Amino acid sequence: MVDSKQQWKAWLYLAPAIVLLLVFTVWPIINTIRMAFLEGYRGLEAVGGVSYSFGFGNFTKVIHYHKFINCLKTTILLCVLTVPISTFLALLIAVALNNIKFLQKGLQTIFFLPYVTNSIAIGMVFAAMFNIVGSFYGTENELIATAGIINNIIEFFGGKPVNWINYGSSYTANIVVMTVYIVWNALPFKILILLGGLQSINTQYYDAAKIDGTPRRRVFSRITVPLLSPMLAYVIITGFISGFKEYSSIVGIFGEGMGPADDPGRLNTMVGFIYDALSTNSQGRASAAALILFGIILVVTLINTQVGKKRIHY
Amino acid sequence: MKIVLENLTKVFPARNKKLDKEVIAVNNFNLEIPDGKLIGLLGPSGCGKSTTLYMISGLQKPTSGKIFFGDNDVTELSTENRGVGLVFQNYALYPHMTVKQNILFPLQNLKGKDKLTKDQMLERAVYAAKLVQIDDLMERKPSELSGGQQQRVAIARALVKMPRVLLLDEPLSNLDARLRLQTREEIRRIQKKTGITTVFVTHDQEEAMSISDMIVVMKLGVIQQVGKPQDVYDDPVNLFVAKFLGTPPINVFEGKVQGEKLYIDNNAVLDVKGVSDQAVLVGIRPEGFVLDENGPMQCHLNNVEVMGRDVSIVSTSDASLNPVIRSIINADNKIAIGRETINFSLKPHKVFIFNRETENRVYFEVK
Amino acid sequence: MSETNNGVMQEKNMRAVAVRQKIGKYTVKFFLYAFLLTMALIVLFPFYWMIISSLKTLAEYRLSVPTFWPKTIMLSNYAEAFTAANLGRLFMNTLYVGVVSTLLSLVITVLSAFAFARLEFKGRETVFALLLATMMIPGELFTITNYSTITHLGWMNTFTVLIVPFLVSVFYIFLLRQNFMQIPNELYLAAKVDGTSDLKYLWKVMVPLSMPTLISITILKMMGAWNSYIWPRLVANDAAHQMITNGLRNAFTETTGDVNYPVQMAAVSIVSAPLFLVFVFLRKYIMAGVSRSGIKG
Repeated sequence: MVDSKQQWKAWLYLAPAIVLLLVFTVWPIINTIRMAFLEGYRGLEAVGGVSYSFGFGNFTKVIHYHKFINCLKTTILLCVLTVPISTFLALLIAVALNNIKFLQKGLQTIFFLPYVTNSIAIGMVFAAMFNIVGSFYGTENELIATAGIINNIIEFFGGKPVNWINYGSSYTANIVVMTVYIVWNALPFKILILLGGLQSINTQYYDAAKIDGTPRRRVFSRITVPLLSPMLAYVIITGFISGFKEYSSIVGIFGEGMGPADDPGRLNTMVGFIYDALSTNSQGRASAAALILFGIILVVTLINTQVGKKRIHY
Repeated sequence: MKIVLENLTKVFPARNKKLDKEVIAVNNFNLEIPDGKLIGLLGPSGCGKSTTLYMISGLQKPTSGKIFFGDNDVTELSTENRGVGLVFQNYALYPHMTVKQNILFPLQNLKGKDKLTKDQMLERAVYAAKLVQIDDLMERKPSELSGGQQQRVAIARALVKMPRVLLLDEPLSNLDARLRLQTREEIRRIQKKTGITTVFVTHDQEEAMSISDMIVVMKLGVIQQVGKPQDVYDDPVNLFVAKFLGTPPINVFEGKVQGEKLYIDNNAVLDVKGVSDQAVLVGIRPEGFVLDENGPMQCHLNNVEVMGRDVSIVSTSDASLNPVIRSIINADNKIAIGRETINFSLKPHKVFIFNRETENRVYFEVK
Repeated sequence: MSETNNGVMQEKNMRAVAVRQKIGKYTVKFFLYAFLLTMALIVLFPFYWMIISSLKTLAEYRLSVPTFWPKTIMLSNYAEAFTAANLGRLFMNTLYVGVVSTLLSLVITVLSAFAFARLEFKGRETVFALLLATMMIPGELFTITNYSTITHLGWMNTFTVLIVPFLVSVFYIFLLRQNFMQIPNELYLAAKVDGTSDLKYLWKVMVPLSMPTLISITILKMMGAWNSYIWPRLVANDAAHQMITNGLRNAFTETTGDVNYPVQMAAVSIVSAPLFLVFVFLRKYIMAGVSRSGIKG
């Protein structure tokens, strides 16, 4: 069956894809690894003929770089906060949606809406909601024009307004804002996947549970969650992966300064660090950071699948 | 626990308002199920037997009518308050739990004064498992069990909370022929031993006949006949019931009654005293034929199948509504091979006649 | 065994139990809807705030007690936003990049998926497995080298650089191949017997039968162009080639402090509108594509 003519034809069909992949995917993998191990590699100098010694210099430098540690800290913090919160909320919403008939389709559409947004654009909306127009940090005589709708709501319930993202705001406040925005952004995908999973669970399990008089809470914890565990594992893994690659949502809220006006770069992330290194032409450092990011993602994925093997029951 | 179903009706609304009509799944169902008996709900698919079962369980609410457990009206009661055990057609064992966890699950839901200690639960789970002989499989997952074993786990799970009523939905349909035979004996044995009022649903008449104390034959949501299996077989009220029970199925012919004689193919085959002249359908059980050279019933011989103790004669006749006529006679009768026609006389109590319009039974006196 | 529960059940007043269980049912329903509607409001609120803010005057926006409906509707904010951010130009740039890269990408994807699904050649499984393996690697790893590559090629600040590096998506090839595999091979063999060429068969049979997947890919690809930010910022951030997201971010660099929010929100609304329109009309395809991918854009 496999004649030489068909061989030849198949490669012809694949040619455009293969050529592009070789240039923009395969070569980068090789080259990035190469650059990561050439100590202090800089693209422009390399063109000039400078040669570099092979070693772990880029990695050790990156790890000792306090900016990198900061980026790593922020990235991990955002992951650890947003993945559990968004997964749990998405699970609750999906289960609730699965339990109603009236308005189900309409609500499902609403909950999917944040997915089809531009994370920079909507980030600007969130910034507007948290932002204080006027002065909050200057002298006492200066007036706050509007404290932002979120602070208005807080005040309505008797709380004190918070400096969320402006000059002088605290790291904690910044992280809270980012968490709210990232969770908001992450919900639609998770709800979609979890609801799909719920709808594919055989309703007989629920009938059987009803026959046995199982209380709702127990149905949730002993039947729904275990039967949904493959889907849960999937949204948690993808959640962690996109969490470690967090970047543009921060740009959306804080702009390219990646932090409040008095402390730019405070909220920079791993990906941000890589791009910063790249734009200062330090390809060696960028490559080392990218490989570290890849390593972290790999480890998290492996841990998740290992835990999954124990927890996913069938 | 006696179960009484009173004027039970279930109407499913049309899915598509323009195209579909609403479906009456169960129509004015009246039945009293005596305490401690095994009842088979029997009928072709779509006859409402599963709907009836689900209404008894409380998973579906009747459109009208009432359900009593003993003297209590449970119609408005939801499933968990009815104390029933239900074995699903696909068993619905929780795939992520071991056999033991599956069986323990209903017990862990008990609360208030019914609450059990861990030891009591385990004791009851082991007892139920022993009853269905799966106590050596307790640590396995359902996916590691055969169909028959899953079936038993499902029964154990239904029995472990000591239900007042045990309901089985097509309990044998997912098993192969050999296991089916074995499992139905098992169900009978367990039911006898526990004495729990048991209702099961099946489309397989043989299954229903073999183990039920009483069968209920249904068609399009309406009860056709209720009675002991043998009584229903021997004395069907209409053509549907006659056709539905028995393997091989009953042979049906077109015929007429004239002057208290039954004619098939213009041959007077039987005296039918007390029947007025009319066009009829005649049902003759396979065992109702007697080989008789001078018998009035003449058919074209096709083929003789020897089945050991019995012989099955396959023949045809113009009046027959079935493609072939099957008659079963004792193997001692020797049939010469190569002949074209064969003659029978009939056993009167194996012949039923039905009005051709209503298909209801027309009774005659058997001497 | 059956008798133990009997007594207990009979003692209970059936009617009381029935009433209690009905109340329980309605309470649960009430909380379900209350929870879902609250969450829906939270999800929708940013969109609502975006739209009403974009219609307010700056003075009204700055009121310390917020208004939830603009007193005077300022449509002029939109005109101002449109010119301030040069949105027309950005729209055209983005549309051009989106359409061209979608078309080329579809051609490449269809050809490769066909080769993997129907043609037999040595090493087919190995090549396919290698392709799938590249999906594991985060895109940032490629970006570093690609940045040097396109500099060498002299592609800085061109449309080419925005289109070519992302033409091949292994995921789309995988998706379409799965779809192609479901089309019975007999159809292909029958076409061969009739002397139909591969390309004609691909175009007349495979492509029409895989329309839903192709539409999903088209939408996701277009959305990808619309939302791309990082790569364009690195390689084509000049006015002539700027993409919409970068343009928006560059036009309104201030996010905090005393910003002219109504105009900014108007710009954001304009940028978001096409996405909403696509969503409203093609929701089915987006959701189907997304539930299989999990990749944004």
